[in-house]
Amino acid sequence: MSETLPGDSAAVTEPGPGTGEDSLVHVNNLVKYFPVRGSGLISRTVGQVQAVDGVSLEIPRGKTVGLVGETGCGKSTLARCIAGLIPVTSGQVIFDGRNITNLPRRTMQPYRREIQMIFQDPYGSLNPRRRVGAIIGDPFAVHKTAKGGERKRKVQELMERVGLNPEHFNRYPAEFSGGQRQRIGVARALALRPKLIICDEPVSALDVSIQAQVLNLLADLQADFGLSYLFIAHDLEVVRHVSHEVIVMYLGRVAESGPRDPVYDTPRHPYTTALLSAAPAADPDAAASRQRIILTGDVPSPINPPSGCRFHPRCPKAQELCGHEDPPLEVKPGDPANHLTACHFPVQAGEVLARAGRRDRA
Amino acid sequence: MSLLEVTDLRVSFPTADGIVQAVRGVSFTVEAGQTLGIVGESGSGKTVLTQTLLRLTAGGDISGRAEFEGRNLLALTEDQIRKVRGAEIAVIFQDPLTSLHPLYKVGWQIAEMIRAHDKSVSKKQAHERAIELLGRVGIPQPQQRVDDYPHQFSGGMRQRAMIAMALSLSPKLIIADEPTTALDATVQAQILDLLLDLQRDSGTALIMITHDLGVVADIADDVLVMYAGRAVEKASKHEIFYKPHHPYTKGLLESIPNSSAASDRLKPIPGQPPSLINLPRGCKFHPRCTYVMDRCLTEEPPLHAVADSELHSSACWLPATAAGLDTEAEELRKSVVAAGRKGEAAEVALAIADNPDAGGSVIG
Amino acid sequence: MSLVTEFETEAHGAEAASEQSIEGRSQWQLTWRRLRRDKVAMICIVVIVLIALLAILAPVFASLTHHPPDVTFPNTGTTSAGLPVAPGTNGFLLGTDSVGRDLLVRILYGARISLFVGVVTTVIAALAGVTVGMVSGYFGGIVDAVLARFIDAVLAFPYVVLALALAAVIGPSLPVIIAVISFFSWAAISRIVRGQTLSLKEREYVEAARSIGAGPWRIMFIDILPNLLAPVLVLCTLAIPAAIVFEATLSFLGLGIQEPTASWGNILSAAENYYQEAWWFVVFPAVALLITTLAFNLLGDGIRDAMDPRTERIFAAGRKQRRGRGRSSTDTSAAPAPAAPGATASGQVAG
Repeated sequence: MSETLPGDSAAVTEPGPGTGEDSLVHVNNLVKYFPVRGSGLISRTVGQVQAVDGVSLEIPRGKTVGLVGETGCGKSTLARCIAGLIPVTSGQVIFDGRNITNLPRRTMQPYRREIQMIFQDPYGSLNPRRRVGAIIGDPFAVHKTAKGGERKRKVQELMERVGLNPEHFNRYPAEFSGGQRQRIGVARALALRPKLIICDEPVSALDVSIQAQVLNLLADLQADFGLSYLFIAHDLEVVRHVSHEVIVMYLGRVAESGPRDPVYDTPRHPYTTALLSAAPAADPDAAASRQRIILTGDVPSPINPPSGCRFHPRCPKAQELCGHEDPPLEVKPGDPANHLTACHFPVQAGEVLARAGRRDRA
Repeated sequence: MSLLEVTDLRVSFPTADGIVQAVRGVSFTVEAGQTLGIVGESGSGKTVLTQTLLRLTAGGDISGRAEFEGRNLLALTEDQIRKVRGAEIAVIFQDPLTSLHPLYKVGWQIAEMIRAHDKSVSKKQAHERAIELLGRVGIPQPQQRVDDYPHQFSGGMRQRAMIAMALSLSPKLIIADEPTTALDATVQAQILDLLLDLQRDSGTALIMITHDLGVVADIADDVLVMYAGRAVEKASKHEIFYKPHHPYTKGLLESIPNSSAASDRLKPIPGQPPSLINLPRGCKFHPRCTYVMDRCLTEEPPLHAVADSELHSSACWLPATAAGLDTEAEELRKSVVAAGRKGEAAEVALAIADNPDAGGSVIG
Repeated sequence: MSLVTEFETEAHGAEAASEQSIEGRSQWQLTWRRLRRDKVAMICIVVIVLIALLAILAPVFASLTHHPPDVTFPNTGTTSAGLPVAPGTNGFLLGTDSVGRDLLVRILYGARISLFVGVVTTVIAALAGVTVGMVSGYFGGIVDAVLARFIDAVLAFPYVVLALALAAVIGPSLPVIIAVISFFSWAAISRIVRGQTLSLKEREYVEAARSIGAGPWRIMFIDILPNLLAPVLVLCTLAIPAAIVFEATLSFLGLGIQEPTASWGNILSAAENYYQEAWWFVVFPAVALLITTLAFNLLGDGIRDAMDPRTERIFAAGRKQRRGRGRSSTDTSAAPAPAAPGATASGQVAG
């Protein structure tokens, strides 16, 4: 893409560490707070939901970055900040070398061809009153890149590519199953050949036997078109399957990040360890031998996050330091250069954290 | 005598589009203290099945027997079944936000349930018991939380409150309908743990309905796999995961990351579940089955014993010895299928082979 | 749950597979199919069509009976005491009014006024109301603050005072009535459309449209508007009778249609003094008004129910088992009829 895109002239501040030519997206210290308004005649801001509190990450070209975390960790908010759907409180989003943070709508318009999203809810993400052909053709209409017969042809091509029958062009979303609707969403996202597709829990609402279809489709498309994915999910097994790199978020911050295998095989952050141990594997022997780390309590609210390390109230390894000082995201000794952990007392090899393991069943 | 013995349960709903055959002859037993996992996707009939046991379905045609400690639940009057609900069989629903009343305090709801079944209990006693129960399910500071409203609880806490409510009358059987689907993984682990502990302490039997094979692998003793309104495979947990017989069970395992049938590329089951109004002829799974034979198109296989075990049954025309995930079992299956395929089944198989990721119905 | 969510619940495929389409059916076809099964609604449609036909054929009646609507027949049409004659005398099928005009013919001509006013004002109100409501709801912020307050102001305005003022300045007439009624109806529709828009704009497909780069106007007219049509249709069907009664009220008060043009309102106004001697003078126009408004109101209810798929399951269950409905349905919220003054708002509270 050699055309001058808006944002070129905007100052591009130094991206974060470890950036190379092969990174499509840099996110630098992104912060997103939502104001909490008090009730009363004149609503004042009484607090902030610290949804995302200083996240930096990179998405390499042609690869999938998996973003995991539980409810309230801010992953969906982060995704929407990157996609430019919600304004950012502070920090930067650099896409393909250009700063796209908080651009006005018209300036952002051309970037919308390159950054697309697939949503979680196959029922809610498609307008029930519009025909599927119109929905998939929307990007062509909005960006005026194809019309009439040519648009129809392209739409049908897309439908075929994602495994839908192109003759169903005139049907309504209600006439498709959940898995097929997700495919419609994928077709729509693919229409303008974006570089990045942000997938917000794309398979969580689907039946198990359909999930695999959609996951395979996404993998094929990545291979064919060189797409980058930011894959958000709460199911760790799915993330392991699709990702090249993984980022674990907790309460608005990155707890751990790195290439998939080091993070899954030797997690350093106690939260990652707990998360991995909690994910049920569809394998009774594995399930029985797994040392369950049962965390106490629920995820605290992002309005009043704990001081210091956000995980410390629930952490089996927490010590006094953790309540005072926020651990930096850095490489721990013995880890590869891109495996970063934010923890004062990371989990060591062979360490067993089970504070409350499950008693064996007779 | 088994705690619960269901025989040939059938439920159908007349609708404007036709008759929806939600449950088409399901039989199973649950022993005291055991956990049965019912696995199925949407449209399998699993929810209708369990709701019918407690007569919570409206407008359906029901037939069959459901003997709970000898009494047929399906033949009880409204008054009688109401006594059973809660006191002997309790249900935990998927979304506690909608199954707890938003306008009443949680403690009040629990106490009310207790008093509804036993008028001799005073309000104060019921309140105390509610506090006790909330504590037992792991809600911190139950004396304060007992006066909170459901929206003041987090998702995990709400589910615990639901469990407390389910336990309040010490039922003999708990039916949990996807209780952890809406929860985060770490909270899910807590809830499953809790259920197991409570079950062990009080000897309650548990029917766990889920689509998540991971949950089943964790806590079930026996597993029932449902498809299109019928049980297609029944076995102990170990048999189901390591020696699955029915191609649907096998397909599920192969399509899930990190399962007992794990491989690098997921093998999805092509097509999608059939409409319960217009079911295909013969075996209902045949349009999606890689092992389809001619017989499958015309005759629906009954549930019969496989894998040398009375306790492992499967509804498939493949021979009993074809259970398992290893290459030997696979070879056996392939040779049987080759012999059993002539005309139409061959076409079905071709369509499946051409479109392994088919998003539409593979047939037609 | 909002009305719009109900319509989309239908798009949710099957929990019990009872909504699975066999062949492609659009939302409207399904609604029509359900409506056809609602006997009351069907009767209402027939009644409304009949009334419309009668109104169109009013001149035919006038020529058949040889009684034009504004011609008095003092000889055949009044008694010796100067009172209206009873129905059936001298060829006056429904009797006469105080000056000897054929009541039936006048009522039919009155129907023309009523239907015309009802439909025209509703169309104007819908166009204006939907546009303003959508813009206000979608843009939010200061646009919404200003427009919403404006809508509130309009709704709070005493309509009689305005009608009086206009009548005094311009003189009462059909255009004035249409202006006044439209002016109030649009505000009521607008407020409801605004509410629906506020909820619709949070839908994921709107977010998806934004992520593609669609601008606000495109989103409003292509994504939001189609989802508004269904509730707006119900609103309109309920707005028509409100407008009809509104017109009748204004004419009754003398602020609307003036003599000698017939309007149900001004007939009733004249009939006020004759209710003892000539019951038909009061009863027949009142009945006409009643049947018309009732038909539209019941039809509106019927359409609203037909659009809500869950109501059907309850009917099915009720037919099967007279008691013991398992799950209580938290459903059926519908936009209440625009509360045009003078009309009874037939609304249901959100469940």
